[in-house]
Amino acid sequence: MAERSFAKEVEKLKLGEGEEFRGEGILAVTKALLQSGVSYVGGYQGAPISHLLDVFADANPILKDLDVYFEASASEATACAMLAASVNYPLRGAVAWKSVVGTNVASDALSNIASGGCTGGTLVIVGEDYGEGSSIMQERTHAFAMKSQVWLVDPRPDLGEIVDLVEKSFELSEASQTPVMLELRIRACHMYGRFTAKDNVRPKFTQKMAKENPVRDLNRIVLPPANFLHEHEKIEQRWPNAVKYIEDNKLNEWFGPQESPSKDNIGIICQGGMFNTLNRALERLGLSDSFGNTKLPIYCMNVTYPMIESEVIDFCKDKSAVLMVEEGQPEFIEQTLNTVLKRGDVACKVSGKDVFPSAGEYTGDVMRRAVEDFLKQNAPDALEPALITVPSILDAETRNLLAAHVPLRPAGFCTGCPERPIFTAMKLVAREIGEFHVSCDIGCHLFSILPPFNIGNTTMGYGLGAAGGSALNVEAYQRSLAVMGDGGFWHNGLTSGVGNAVFNNNDNVLLIVDNNYSAATGGQDILSSRNDNDDRSTQHGIADAAKGVGVKWIRQLNRTYDVKGMKNLLKEAMTTTAKGPKVIIAQSECMLNRQRREKPLFAKRVKEGKRAVRERFGVDPDTCTGDHSCIRLSGCPSLTIKPNPDPLRQHPIAHVDNSCVGCGLCGEVSHAAVLCPSFYRAEVIFNDTAWDRFAARTRQRVIGWFQDRRDQSIAARSL
Amino acid sequence: MTEMPQQGSFTPAEQDTAKPITIAVNAIGGQGGGVLAEWIVHLADNNGYYAQYTSVPGVAQRTGATVYYLEIFPESAVPDDKDAPVLALMPASGDVDVVIASELMEAGRAMIRNFVTPDRTTLIASSHRVYGIIEKSAMGDGIADAGAIREIARKQAQQFIDFDMDALAADAGTVISSVLFGALAGSGALPFPKEAYEQVIRDGKRAVPTNLAGFASGYDGAQQALTGKSEEPIKVQDPDETILRSKATTREGGKIIDRIIAEFPKQAHVYLYEGAKKCADALDIKYAHEYLDKAKEIAALDTSDTKELTAETARYLALWMAYEDTIRVADLKTRASRFKRVREEVRAAPDQLVYTVEFMHPRYVEIAEATPAFIGSAMKKMTWLEKATAPLFSKGRFVKSQKLSGFLLLNTVAAMRPIKRITLRHKEEHARIAKWLARVTETAPRDYDLAVQIAKCQQLIKGYSDTHQRGLANFHRIMEQLDARPDMTADQLMALQVAALADEHGKTLEAAITEMDEREAIAA
Repeated sequence: MAERSFAKEVEKLKLGEGEEFRGEGILAVTKALLQSGVSYVGGYQGAPISHLLDVFADANPILKDLDVYFEASASEATACAMLAASVNYPLRGAVAWKSVVGTNVASDALSNIASGGCTGGTLVIVGEDYGEGSSIMQERTHAFAMKSQVWLVDPRPDLGEIVDLVEKSFELSEASQTPVMLELRIRACHMYGRFTAKDNVRPKFTQKMAKENPVRDLNRIVLPPANFLHEHEKIEQRWPNAVKYIEDNKLNEWFGPQESPSKDNIGIICQGGMFNTLNRALERLGLSDSFGNTKLPIYCMNVTYPMIESEVIDFCKDKSAVLMVEEGQPEFIEQTLNTVLKRGDVACKVSGKDVFPSAGEYTGDVMRRAVEDFLKQNAPDALEPALITVPSILDAETRNLLAAHVPLRPAGFCTGCPERPIFTAMKLVAREIGEFHVSCDIGCHLFSILPPFNIGNTTMGYGLGAAGGSALNVEAYQRSLAVMGDGGFWHNGLTSGVGNAVFNNNDNVLLIVDNNYSAATGGQDILSSRNDNDDRSTQHGIADAAKGVGVKWIRQLNRTYDVKGMKNLLKEAMTTTAKGPKVIIAQSECMLNRQRREKPLFAKRVKEGKRAVRERFGVDPDTCTGDHSCIRLSGCPSLTIKPNPDPLRQHPIAHVDNSCVGCGLCGEVSHAAVLCPSFYRAEVIFNDTAWDRFAARTRQRVIGWFQDRRDQSIAARSL
Repeated sequence: MTEMPQQGSFTPAEQDTAKPITIAVNAIGGQGGGVLAEWIVHLADNNGYYAQYTSVPGVAQRTGATVYYLEIFPESAVPDDKDAPVLALMPASGDVDVVIASELMEAGRAMIRNFVTPDRTTLIASSHRVYGIIEKSAMGDGIADAGAIREIARKQAQQFIDFDMDALAADAGTVISSVLFGALAGSGALPFPKEAYEQVIRDGKRAVPTNLAGFASGYDGAQQALTGKSEEPIKVQDPDETILRSKATTREGGKIIDRIIAEFPKQAHVYLYEGAKKCADALDIKYAHEYLDKAKEIAALDTSDTKELTAETARYLALWMAYEDTIRVADLKTRASRFKRVREEVRAAPDQLVYTVEFMHPRYVEIAEATPAFIGSAMKKMTWLEKATAPLFSKGRFVKSQKLSGFLLLNTVAAMRPIKRITLRHKEEHARIAKWLARVTETAPRDYDLAVQIAKCQQLIKGYSDTHQRGLANFHRIMEQLDARPDMTADQLMALQVAALADEHGKTLEAAITEMDEREAIAA
């Protein structure tokens, strides 16, 4: 059901020893898990890690063959709690989610597994959604690693290195009874590259063996007195064991000479994930080449937590200054580095956030400027001006000119999206009953806050739309409205939002957007998915669940494109005298996925010679006056503008391009908002029948007669 | 590549070692930029190049601007002791060899980010526009200036290849990715032969013939662009008198054209011709003469050399006189030419059947307006009737204009055209037109520019039902201001007009008026 199918790519997971793997980072990680003898995997979708879950799902037959259990977890907390299976048993487990938001959700379970410790290796793969393309608050997963004392692996972006570190992470976890987090940055997740594969390994110990021979160890349960014991264990045993494993197995890397060629002995310490960007910056300063043969010593921390004190002291002890390349803030590593050097009495100057900006992604440009500044301050002779590649960038004036013309492209609903009409209806309701407060949730529906809808006041996290409006439960002439997606509903919204509203006699309105599955993250199935799924139990209605927790006023609309129906429902909910939470379920399938499924079927039908009707919308250029009200109530990518063909008119006219999928919204809007008669729906018939042709001929005879007369009249009064 | 520190292991970086070729694909989510990037990956993979490809999927996939980034590196240049080159995961200023923009403004965005530099970048851009939501949702003309972007691109890129690849894709029945892939091949920016590209498309096994057709047109387009055959748009010339005369198709039409030439300054001829054509089409030849009569009164007042007042009044008077009422819409919707246009728009095959459904929402007031004025105005006063018939007008109608029931209904309404003059709507519009022209006439002698601006205010009135009402209300609100402030300048009036088009709720207009009040208060 997923938006992207990996059915073909997962075949690469079967590659054996010595064969070359070529593919995406996400797939390489899955291969690494299989090479590590993992027993179970789980996780919760969200960019940039959604595809990992899709790969797990599409690879399920391969996983099953290897006795690997895969669960599509209900939330990140569920996924993390799965790791409990590795507390008492030598089972290797891996779970994945989007970070930092997923780690927030999982943090209760994460603290528990980190405290009690694990027997089998446990790996948490986090997709670090930071920097360009990110959709969430900019925070660091590093803080979670520090507070729970789980090890953080930040691999150098090279598929071979990533795969190697996945395998070693399990060993590290087992050596130190501590979960390991593998931090994959957004680009590394989707990086296409190569590595040499190994054979897959069938887990030696299985869940069946565990179930049939249960083991219990009171010391592993977080409850007094063991909880106090755990803290000591972390510091006195697990930490030193981890450090020893990392040292012995050389998880961190060194590049370049031990001493820099400049007279001031300097070096650079970087997070593994930053290495490639750093190398390119050095290349452009004439200090490295395309193979990482740098002229300056580099210590590359593939493990960013814990810091290996012996290694950093050794690296820094003879140097006058080092540059700490650490993306994100606060600069935890830099602070620790200073502490370590001070304690070790190493007189090396640490440079970091003094030359790097505190906030924001370390792009190629940021990196190059910072490295250059560091060198200017600490080793000016290392810079050979002749070798520096100076980019000939735009002058400020041209840049400003460009910026003034290039339009912003805020994210928006896809062509034909069933969520769009919900917000069209909301806009129309606001025209009738006045503006109201809207508490938003996480999901595609959050695009309502952007043009052209501009609807929504806050968003407080996944599934928390209703909870985010809960304080506004006081008497007022206007109700507030909360939005929640089906994904968020099952993730936690059923209890945190719906149950909470029932319990606290909330009198507001909750609109639940149900698009058949978790659409925003790529079409993964959830409890209320409409389709059958061989591996999962689906078709559990949202309305039933809401009723189950005590909602009395509940309405469902099964075709969101019915703008008028949607509008009436919203208005009723906003104005009814009924007390208690009012829940509306707006249900229509995600158009992106629906088209992916139906377009080929349609083409096949046409090819087979069967009758098929394609619907799409159009605008008559001679009746459109170029006001664009329709666009302000839609924002559909296929509803666009074009220059006015009428030489007398100035304003561009509305225009429907050929990407229109005929969802029907344009027509509904012109009816519901009494807009304009310019829209038409065209029905294009493929493989017409004899009856079609007969009817068409008959119609044409009558219509043609009238049209001929009209044409004569038009010709007679033309100039 | 793990190496423990070793004294003396340092080898200086050679400046002449091979460098990766860096490629950025700047696209809009949903345009198929990912497909193009994957093709380039396979192209490199198949031809002895190491390829690294990254992207930042996520919300940008949903209609936002996004960058796919690739670096390719010759395997032959990888030394025996190395597995692979270290390649960057994101483009940096001045470090990009090829930028492929799937839309013109995305080329602009790439330039803002300094991906395009004169020393090395081949910029391949489709010159078509995908308008941003801000451009689209403007109440007037919000389209950004494409010419400015193109001009900068010519200077900023080492090679700039741009042509309408979207149109070529549509012609070939394919997606833009294949045309862009062809343009990349045609640009010669990568060290691969044309056949290698085509093989990648064949290996893809999906829509191979159409993709190859798109590829070929992209390849040819790029080659033409490189040989310097740029297509300069043909500038439309103002028709001179002979051209204008030659346009006459009927004797009556010829008379109208003769009148335009004889009675009006040449600066206004284009608008007058188009305007008269529109009026005749909306009603009859006599109506075109009425139009010219009205325009002539303004022309008589026009003492300027530019004749801007005559031209602009001619333009907006025609639009007003050809107001869009139920009769006109029904007429336009059922013409043979319109049926033909729809077929073209939906790209129907020559013998393919196409039907249209119209979305009409007639209201009581529109019915009243389409009746003779005495009935219509009575109807407007009969609120009981409006209430009694409300259910008839409460919902939108689907009119199947190419099937008999729908066509005959609309055809009957369209047939009322000859008696349009007696309808309530006609009387109402002409009363408004008269008032507007009187205002222009009265203003012209004392403030020419202001009179021109008053004429231009007509463009506020457009659309149907609520939209029309709103436009009309804005128009009246501004005219009220004009009456209240005898010393209003053309610039001030223009500012109000711009404000009226700034938002749907009239907030900006009201703010502009308040600001005017405040300024006057201070001045006083």
